[in-house]
Amino acid sequence: MTRIFIPKDAAALAVGADKVAKTIAEIASERGKEVTLVRTGSRGMFFLEPLVEVETPAGRIAYGPVAPRDVASLFHADFLAGGAHPLRIGRPEEHPFLARQTRLTFARCGITDPLSLEDYAAHDGWRGLKRALAIGPAAIVTEVTQSGLRGRGGAGFPTGIKWKTVADTQADRKYVVCNADEGDSGTFADRMVMEGDPFMLIEGMTIAALAVGATKGFVYCRSEYPQAIRTFNAALAAARQAGFLGNAVAGAQHRFDIELRVGAGAYVCGEETALLDSLEGKRGIVRAKPPLPAHKGLFRRPTVVNNVLSFAAVPFILAQGAAAYANFGMGRSRGTMPIQIAGNVRHGGLFETAFGLTLGEIVDDIGGGTASGRPVRAVQCGGPLGAYFPPSLFDTPFDYEAFTARDGLVGHGGVVVFDDTVDMAEMARFAMEFCAIESCGKCTPCRIGAVRGKEVIERIMLGSNVEANITLLEDLCQTMKFGSLCALGGFVPYPVMSALRHYPEDFRPRAAAAAAE
Amino acid sequence: MPKTSDFDEGRAQAIIAEHLGLEGSLLPILHAFNEEFGYIDDAAVPHIAAALNLSRAEVHGVLTFYHDFRRAPGGRHTLKICRAEACQSRGSETVARRCLAKLGVGWHDTTPDGELTIEPVYCLGLCASGPAALLDGEPLGLLDEDKLAAAVEEVCEP
Ligand SMILES: Cc1cc2nc3c(=O)[nH]c(=O)nc-3n(C[C@H](O)[C@H](O)[C@H](O)COP(=O)(O)O)c2cc1C
Ligand code: SF4
Ligand code: FES
Repeated sequence: MTRIFIPKDAAALAVGADKVAKTIAEIASERGKEVTLVRTGSRGMFFLEPLVEVETPAGRIAYGPVAPRDVASLFHADFLAGGAHPLRIGRPEEHPFLARQTRLTFARCGITDPLSLEDYAAHDGWRGLKRALAIGPAAIVTEVTQSGLRGRGGAGFPTGIKWKTVADTQADRKYVVCNADEGDSGTFADRMVMEGDPFMLIEGMTIAALAVGATKGFVYCRSEYPQAIRTFNAALAAARQAGFLGNAVAGAQHRFDIELRVGAGAYVCGEETALLDSLEGKRGIVRAKPPLPAHKGLFRRPTVVNNVLSFAAVPFILAQGAAAYANFGMGRSRGTMPIQIAGNVRHGGLFETAFGLTLGEIVDDIGGGTASGRPVRAVQCGGPLGAYFPPSLFDTPFDYEAFTARDGLVGHGGVVVFDDTVDMAEMARFAMEFCAIESCGKCTPCRIGAVRGKEVIERIMLGSNVEANITLLEDLCQTMKFGSLCALGGFVPYPVMSALRHYPEDFRPRAAAAAAE
Repeated sequence: MPKTSDFDEGRAQAIIAEHLGLEGSLLPILHAFNEEFGYIDDAAVPHIAAALNLSRAEVHGVLTFYHDFRRAPGGRHTLKICRAEACQSRGSETVARRCLAKLGVGWHDTTPDGELTIEPVYCLGLCASGPAALLDGEPLGLLDEDKLAAAVEEVCEP
């Protein structure tokens, strides 16, 4: 009996993993080979998906990217024994893309069966929860604070401080809410956790609930992630069945359960207060702060709102201790960041590493440059509200403060690569258009400003009154930056202004075309 | 998979009753209607409002806020093509433009035979494998014009 591992991650399914699995099963039975197919999460090397791994006495041997038509030749090459084949990668953990990573949060992803409680327990699962139960709420908060963990959803707020605020607030009930709205283009780490290691998120949220005294949790997942929704719901049912959720969490005197809720296609519902309104069954409109969600959150009760990756980091921190996590990183950015390398890039995928690599190392060394083979021209970091970086800024280290110093955003860790065919005026126009489509409408600079901004850029692109319109656009960006209630309207000036600053030639097409003649 | 059946008051009441116990049940109810009927009929609004003790205007406000909720029947199949930055960097706009031109429809439109509705979506978390799309909820990656056409043909039997 040979075990074969094939991901069921959406990025593997999108390139045919199900068909590959089916073909392997068919040919195996034709040839009388006994195989067990295990569907895993993804290792995060999307350039090798579908990645097929075979369990051999020498460890797992990987082949990829495998198409259904390759399967017959894999059997011919005796891949069940790790045989030679042009698609043979060897041991996956020795592949340079994985060997260079520090996987604390993604240690199990792609290795275990995401819905197997036995696998989870065998690979260090629930150790953080056990320690949390042993040390109690105050000590949990201290551990998380000392780990230096900062919110991975975008704002980078210290997680321990948020938890302490909720723990210190008295109320008849409290909530733990996981922000799985992951709307930023170029990001997929939350999705990979929910599809590839969902019990880790359940464990992290449960530890948060113990720390603050919450009895109910919600995961708010975007509707664009049907595979994550399926897997996570199945994981919730399994965890409940095994007593990790319910009236006596892991056999202890604590009641906690989690419910998955699905968003409805509104980017702004990733903003935590809009998310809470949406969970309450309202329009996803951003709330003015104060009150903070930590004081008056869901149904006006004290609420912890954290990103998937923030909760997912917690089991490791509790199991191994704060120092084990804080030892990684630079400056005030402690621990590891699952960087998501995306867009027009050769080696796209999930790269978890300590903070501090330079942007150039990420894009050129790890990402291998563009997929098209053309020169890299721009990199957008931190999603649709993040700045565009030209290669001249590739010495910027991946660190919250270093990015901020260059008007950039680490955000949720997305890095989107563009080659030299990109039109940066079009990208600036798109940023404004996206803001106009997704604005919650509460404040004028964002609701009206984004529409005007898009129109002004369209006029610039047509070459009409270019310099005057650029001045107008800059003014508008200032107004949006300082007059918007949340970061949708407030940050959209960053991609726009960075495009203007670093790629002025793209906004002056006529002048450039004339000069070129 | 989106279905499109006519509004049915009995089913409507059953869907509402099924979700009424949830905290903040309006979105789950609207999702369930969208799933069951393929859209949310205006006739459902008063029933939902009455059950949740809300005004019709409040339900209408929520219904119209979210991109996912359809107010009129769509096609038998739904194709959501990603238009966000990472897919753009891999040529998604050209693929989308050609797909729409070939089918002779625009964004949010349904083909005249009622088979397919095409909607824009902003990121599917497949950003290293773009151009990406969801066809009846199934993810598609590394798309080009031909692959997308083939996938569409596979589900839309003439
Ligand atoms: C427009 C907008 C969209 C956001 N989208 C997300 C998101 O998809 N996921 C997320 O975790 N945080 C998102 N945030 C940040 C949240 O408001 C909030 O800071 C975060 O959920 C807190 O969790 P953390 O401290 O663990 O990062 C968004 C913020 C804004 C302004
Ligand atoms: S900035 Fe835009 S999205 Fe944010 S609160 Fe104002 S209108 Fe809403
Ligand atoms: S940008 Fe298209 S899937 Fe993320």
